[in-house]
Amino acid sequence: MDQKISDDLAHIRSMMESSSRFLSLSGLSGIGAGIVGLVTGTVAMYLTNGKIQYLRSNYIQPYESYMVKLLILLGASALLLAIFCGCYFTVRKSKKLGLQIWTATTKKILVQLAIPLAVGGMFVLALLQYNLYGLIAGTTLIFYGLALVNAEKYTYSDIKYLGFLEIILGCLSLFFIGKGLIFWTIGFGVLHIVYGIILYRKYK
Amino acid sequence: MSLISGLNKEFESRVRLGIMSVLMVNDWVDFTEMKNLLQVTDGNLASHSTALEKNEYIEIKKEFVGKKPRTSYKITEAGKLAFQQHLAFLEKIMRQ
Repeated sequence: MDQKISDDLAHIRSMMESSSRFLSLSGLSGIGAGIVGLVTGTVAMYLTNGKIQYLRSNYIQPYESYMVKLLILLGASALLLAIFCGCYFTVRKSKKLGLQIWTATTKKILVQLAIPLAVGGMFVLALLQYNLYGLIAGTTLIFYGLALVNAEKYTYSDIKYLGFLEIILGCLSLFFIGKGLIFWTIGFGVLHIVYGIILYRKYK
Repeated sequence: MSLISGLNKEFESRVRLGIMSVLMVNDWVDFTEMKNLLQVTDGNLASHSTALEKNEYIEIKKEFVGKKPRTSYKITEAGKLAFQQHLAFLEKIMRQ
């Protein structure tokens, strides 16, 4: 009798979880996206080296237009590559666990992620329009963090801590203008890798 | 023994327990999604959901999307209450 009841309770809990949270998120997705972020950030710092003096405090010099185009291209390809990594490992995990991928919960989490990201994207476009490059890195971190906090209730709630860290990092970077790429590389590179490893070990 | 008599007979089956659990934390859930979540056959899900509907624990909506029929489920207030009571009983027994 006791065994049946504890099985029932476990069943109830697991049904509630699996029907309302996206549990296929793989830690490897985070690690993959983090490596992409780390490489991209490093390449961008290398490209802009000399344009921004990292050792001088809060100093910024406007980029020439080819550099802006180059950085946009770099950022866009990094985004695509990171999304690809994210999807690849997550799809792989859900196949392994025999979970459905395209469910109502998946749609919900994508919408919750997309709202802050779309607004952030518009904001970055406006910053580009007015040549306010110095604020872009911080802005992307802040809106990405908000997206994670927003999506927290539809997947492992651990991602909200990553979200808070990204937001804090983004806010800090607004006050260290000219060093955005360093913050960006820490936020999208290092934090993703660390979090990916934690998630991977916890929910293997 | 008095505790056990408080358990709702309607929720004895795993499938019904599953349906109720899913509906407690979701709004409308359609047939295919429910079937995939519970990993049961069409007939199994249909018969258990009909039984729950008869008790007015869930609401069943049938509609057409294009030419395809679609069945969706939603928990009723009575269903929520009954399930919460059932859950409370289960937990009480476990604590003893």
